Amino acid sequence: MMPPDFIAAWLNKNEIFTAMTIMEYWDGAVTTVQLVFLCLVIGLVFAVPLAILRTVKNPFISGPVWIYTYLFRGTPLLIQLYIIYYGVAQIPGIQETFWWAIFREPFYPALLAFTLNTCAYTTEIIRGAIVSTPHGEIEAAKAYGMSWFLRMRRIVLPSAARRAVQAYSNEVIFMLHSSAIASVVTIVDLTGAARNIYSRFYAPFDAFIFVALCYMVLTFTMVFAFRKLENHLLRHQRPVGS
Amino acid sequence: MIDLKGYGPELLSGAVVTIELAFLSLALALTLGLIGAAAKLSNSRVAVGAATTYTTLIRGVPDLVMMLLFYYGGQVGVNMLSDYLWETYEIDFFFQFDPFISGVVTIGLIFGAYMTETFRGAFLAVETGQIEAARAYGFSRWHTFRRIMVPQMLRHALPGIGNNWQVLLKTTALVSIIGLTDMVRVAEEAAKAERMPFHFFIPVAFVYLALTAGSELFIKWLDKRANIGVVQEN
Repeated sequence: MMPPDFIAAWLNKNEIFTAMTIMEYWDGAVTTVQLVFLCLVIGLVFAVPLAILRTVKNPFISGPVWIYTYLFRGTPLLIQLYIIYYGVAQIPGIQETFWWAIFREPFYPALLAFTLNTCAYTTEIIRGAIVSTPHGEIEAAKAYGMSWFLRMRRIVLPSAARRAVQAYSNEVIFMLHSSAIASVVTIVDLTGAARNIYSRFYAPFDAFIFVALCYMVLTFTMVFAFRKLENHLLRHQRPVGS
Repeated sequence: MIDLKGYGPELLSGAVVTIELAFLSLALALTLGLIGAAAKLSNSRVAVGAATTYTTLIRGVPDLVMMLLFYYGGQVGVNMLSDYLWETYEIDFFFQFDPFISGVVTIGLIFGAYMTETFRGAFLAVETGQIEAARAYGFSRWHTFRRIMVPQMLRHALPGIGNNWQVLLKTTALVSIIGLTDMVRVAEEAAKAERMPFHFFIPVAFVYLALTAGSELFIKWLDKRANIGVVQEN
């Protein structure tokens, strides 16, 4: 079957989606995935100990963690990004140290801002899951003579992970979408590529609808992966025979 | 007091823009959320399909991309419509698509999708006995909706509305990217001109913090009020 005439006509006079622009989108997608993946992994690694500290009864330990999460969850990520991106250059003496070579690239200030932000949200998610651990599980672990550390590792954290995965998957999607603001500090991520292509061709619909589709593919891939993970983690709760 | 180098009044009017934008978007989001939830719970397959497509599309696309699409695409769209109307019907129709409108429309549309889910859950939490009782009293469908469903649903929807509002407030910062002079935009210009990023961004961050903290208290109070007379289970 021949495609309808208007599609053929559109393809023939299409000047926007050439190999070159597709490559720009591809490079942007790689940057977005790198940025989001790195900030999520680093954020998660720091969030687990912070969440444990946040559940400690001593206010001098849990208090500072609470202040950190409150500050980062109560302000827009865009402002955090601006403070770090514009602020790093203003730290006296930084331009003489090796850090300057790293932080001169916009990628690293953005990565730092995103990591601090997602770590704050993830800390609260994990804290919520830890706090809602059923008492019986902890009592049983104590009755077995498990030490605090063993109890955390074998009982509390695995049980909390099951309860946190749903909320955490939302945070991952949220971070993927928030990463679009990286384009504001001159990083050419997916959105940055779309903005470049928009300004070159003055074609807002082509440039932004295409990038929206790219984000949708990424989002729904992640939603699918998390559903699989959730099924895996909660497999012991499945009814028998299904 | 900190010295704002003469940017104080501008920052203040920027804060007003942020708050106006947030409230208008909230109004649009609540309206769209109610319509969306009603559509999702209706028996019409077309309505269910349309509402599901809407919420799925919104959840897949970043807010900034949507905002750029509406802002840059909106004007092109208005121009095309204007040309078409003039050529075919000789109707003179034109308006300037400004960043404020694009901001309200985008944020309203995005949070309308989240509100749809919130309201849907809240409607489902209303006991069916209540609806049956209303029908038995001869209430019409619309009457049941307005007098029985909405007042009882609000109690369940409040926490969700509160969460969405907190996220919405922070999303308003994005309009500075499409050129609206809200407080983030003013702070950015001031920070660049004076080379003092901390000096201008940190106060703005604290304004946001005050707004979110204040809303948190207000929502808690509303929630308490809405739950008067309800036996707490735990």
